[in-house]
Amino acid sequence: MKSDEKLRRYHAPVWNEPIIMEMVRKGERGIIVPEVEEEIKDAVGDAESYIPAKMRRKQRPKLPELSQPQVLRHYLRLSQQTLGMELDIDLGLGTCTMKYSPKVNEELARQIAEIHPLQDENTIQGILEIIYKFGKVFLREISGMDEFSFHPGGGAEATYNNACIIRKYHEINGELEQRNEIVTTIFSHPCDAASPATAGFNVITLYPDEETGRPSIEALKAAVSKHTAGLMITNPEDTGIFNPEIDEWTKIVHEAGGLCAYDQANANAILGITRAKDAGFDMCFFNLHKTFSSPHGSMGPACGAVGVIEELARFLPVPVVTFDGRKYHLNYDRPYSIGKIRDFYGNVQVVLRAYAWAMSMGAEGLQEVAEVSMINNNYLEKKLLAILGVTKPYKVKRRVDQIRYSLEKLKEDTGIGTEDVNRRIVDFGVQSYFTSHHPWVVPEPFTPEPCETYSKADIDYWAAVLGQVLNEAYTTPEIVKTAPHNSTIAKMNETPLDDPKKWSMTWRAYLRKKEYQQ
Amino acid sequence: MGKKHFVHPYIPNSVSEVKEEMLREIGVKDAEELYTEMIPERLRLKKPMKLPKPLLVEYDLKRHVEKILSKNKACKEYLNFLGAGCWQHYVPAVCDEIAGRSEFLTAYAGGTYSDLGKFQAFFEFQSMMGELVGMDVVAVPTYDWGASAGNAIRMASRITGRKEVLVPKIISPRRLSIIWNFCQPSVMPGHIDVELVNYDPETGMLDLEDLKSKISLKTAGVYFENPSYLGIIEAQGEEISKIAHKNGAESIVGVDPISLGVLAPPAEYGADIVCGEVQPLGIHMHCGGGLCGFIASRDEEKYVGEYPSLLISITDTQREDEYAFGQCRYDRTSYVGRDKAKDWVGTSTALWSIVAAVYMALLGPNGMKDIGEAIIQKSHYAAKLLSEVQGIKIPFSNFFKEFLVNFDGTRKTVYEINRDLLKYGIFGGKDITKEFPELGNSALYCVTEIHTKEDLKKLANALAEVVK
Repeated sequence: MKSDEKLRRYHAPVWNEPIIMEMVRKGERGIIVPEVEEEIKDAVGDAESYIPAKMRRKQRPKLPELSQPQVLRHYLRLSQQTLGMELDIDLGLGTCTMKYSPKVNEELARQIAEIHPLQDENTIQGILEIIYKFGKVFLREISGMDEFSFHPGGGAEATYNNACIIRKYHEINGELEQRNEIVTTIFSHPCDAASPATAGFNVITLYPDEETGRPSIEALKAAVSKHTAGLMITNPEDTGIFNPEIDEWTKIVHEAGGLCAYDQANANAILGITRAKDAGFDMCFFNLHKTFSSPHGSMGPACGAVGVIEELARFLPVPVVTFDGRKYHLNYDRPYSIGKIRDFYGNVQVVLRAYAWAMSMGAEGLQEVAEVSMINNNYLEKKLLAILGVTKPYKVKRRVDQIRYSLEKLKEDTGIGTEDVNRRIVDFGVQSYFTSHHPWVVPEPFTPEPCETYSKADIDYWAAVLGQVLNEAYTTPEIVKTAPHNSTIAKMNETPLDDPKKWSMTWRAYLRKKEYQQ
Repeated sequence: MGKKHFVHPYIPNSVSEVKEEMLREIGVKDAEELYTEMIPERLRLKKPMKLPKPLLVEYDLKRHVEKILSKNKACKEYLNFLGAGCWQHYVPAVCDEIAGRSEFLTAYAGGTYSDLGKFQAFFEFQSMMGELVGMDVVAVPTYDWGASAGNAIRMASRITGRKEVLVPKIISPRRLSIIWNFCQPSVMPGHIDVELVNYDPETGMLDLEDLKSKISLKTAGVYFENPSYLGIIEAQGEEISKIAHKNGAESIVGVDPISLGVLAPPAEYGADIVCGEVQPLGIHMHCGGGLCGFIASRDEEKYVGEYPSLLISITDTQREDEYAFGQCRYDRTSYVGRDKAKDWVGTSTALWSIVAAVYMALLGPNGMKDIGEAIIQKSHYAAKLLSEVQGIKIPFSNFFKEFLVNFDGTRKTVYEINRDLLKYGIFGGKDITKEFPELGNSALYCVTEIHTKEDLKKLANALAEVVK
């Protein structure tokens, strides 16, 4: 398909910026540290005298020496060489829900920057109120769960938190030794396998049926046994396919004696539509940096907000925020708690932003978020499936929030695969897309998620970019193979990345290895 | 469904004409028709959610949230002496400027060709942390010090194939709880046994005799901290590492990097793996939301291969004189290896690593030395002033930034003292009477470069009044 949408001329900023360690100009300073008053110096003497001789640093660390404007300029340039969500049509990063993070919420979040987590309860009543209400008012209605925790600093840590709850539950029942297996699916996020494995479980991963795109009930039945500790699963999965038998799944796992944990990282298009509790789940988590608008921060700080049913509330990490009708409290007196998985109370500023966002939505707004995201996804599908080379695996017509498409046909026809296409689309000023986690069950995958932030025009444009690149693949393949052309850099040399003689995670290692190689 | 018109400023396609046009293109009447095809009736939420009336007007929303937040008191209004895992330092304005940059703030999982600057900033964070701790490998950070210690201990266990680890008895109980979770309950086959090593009651440092009696050829690693939870400088790092190595165990050191302009880098006293908390380096406390754990090690395959974290390596491109950055040994991570991976990796605290990079670049070698010295002088000055108050004792004198204050000689509990200090506009030190009962009626005070002579005198005077 050749698109009639006019693609804009674009080139990424190119500053050819050195590594900051190369920019040293001896003697320059970026900031002056608060002074130590003479009276203090007179009273205590040299700082060195307080450090045991063996513990004194002999050589100053080889950090840059630079004035403030030069440091600022360097990092501003690096920021310009980063295509943040706010600068582009960032709907390619599926499973990430790249939605708009309202600026007013940044202003609000800054207001708690100088609060210490161990302050007296009476001095953090505002924060505790927000934590309490966001759970007990918003997430309770959205999920149907009863009690909440905001400790986990991301989705994978929330999964780990829930694996620890499953572990504690069976430990208390004296069945942990026997119940050592977690069941998940290959289209659930990899953390649904990795986090329970870190918590000590063996993991059984179910693969999809060719037709339905999801594992069959029979596969689940064959997987559960007296060893089943629990189910950890996404729904809709990364394919955008909603498992309509999910309540049957939770029933089967419960009958086997396991608990069911819902990974709601893909919840954006089901807010107010369907709930974790009603599908029989015992616990769930939402990514507040995805569905609830807190900015992604280049990979955090984030929050995996956990909800559990009443019966599991006693296992939540300490402290839990409680309310006695008058005051909010941090309750540590919970003998069955899993203890700590994250220090203090989690990324409170993320919860604050999510609260403000949800308050700007209300019930009707949240449902509008869900519906528009779902409509956007189905609309984008129309556009993408009209492009030669794009296919939609599995015979499930309707997808919820995203779709895992395949460029297998393109690869067969032209030799150009999804990694090549992904390098080329950035030449048009859109963020690279998410392919898929490994293994690539869907060959040559890509997974866009056009959440409610994106306008019809945005979606049209993104589809036009993909149309252009796939058209190039058929007509002028060289341009795709050698891409990017309008990026900050040319195609990179990947060989050093896995070679111990060359890989360099620090500048000091780079210098050492450069010498060694010459 | 007869829904009323609802246009939301964050949702462009909430304009009904646009939505209808899209629905027409899809070939359905409304959203409901699509949902019906996806989700069975029995799983649908039948009634509208009961939520507060939305505040669509940005001004109203701001007023609403600010009214709730006004119930907080911040460390700007109060004089703060709390630390214990989250510390108040001065955050340079340039750090805030970069932290708030739209590009870094709203980027996520994009690749090198669209997000080169992000990857370079990660590499620079790794490089500068490497200089501070004296290590050639540093990873993209994890959630907090506790998680970094948990990962480091599990790395040591995998490297040595051993299932026991020694940890100092003086450790943050919250961090220890995180470590316990990482080490799994004893009925699990992957369980790592965590044994506590006593401290010397005179110095608060590790009791080497106890260490020697507990270490064996089953020990995967010896974990210790510098400074410790109670601020104590562990001067026996070299001996501890030697004892660990003699038994084939890894030496794992947890550090507060703000000390490393004046304290020896852990690599110098034998550390194999270093972990710790990045928050002091230019990151606001955010009521605990500023935490950011890091892991570093020597540059050997046996270490690199065991990291759960993303490791950003520098490389070059097809163009001359051009750097690029990519993932080193990506197949280690759970993004590829799922349950067979090295622990797990996920969205954690990357923005804070960028901010910490800015901080380290601003301070430079001289600033890091200055700040270390300022913290030592001011904290020891504070300890001196407090020790002059009737009934107050400072049990350990070999500390950095934080120190134990014992109130056994007064008639008040730490709880009562801290309650009364609030009336003076002071947040007293962390009450540790329940955490370490053997240390008596004690609190952990934190003094940093932000405290002035007047601040410290105000504290001493207030305490003198309160304990009278």
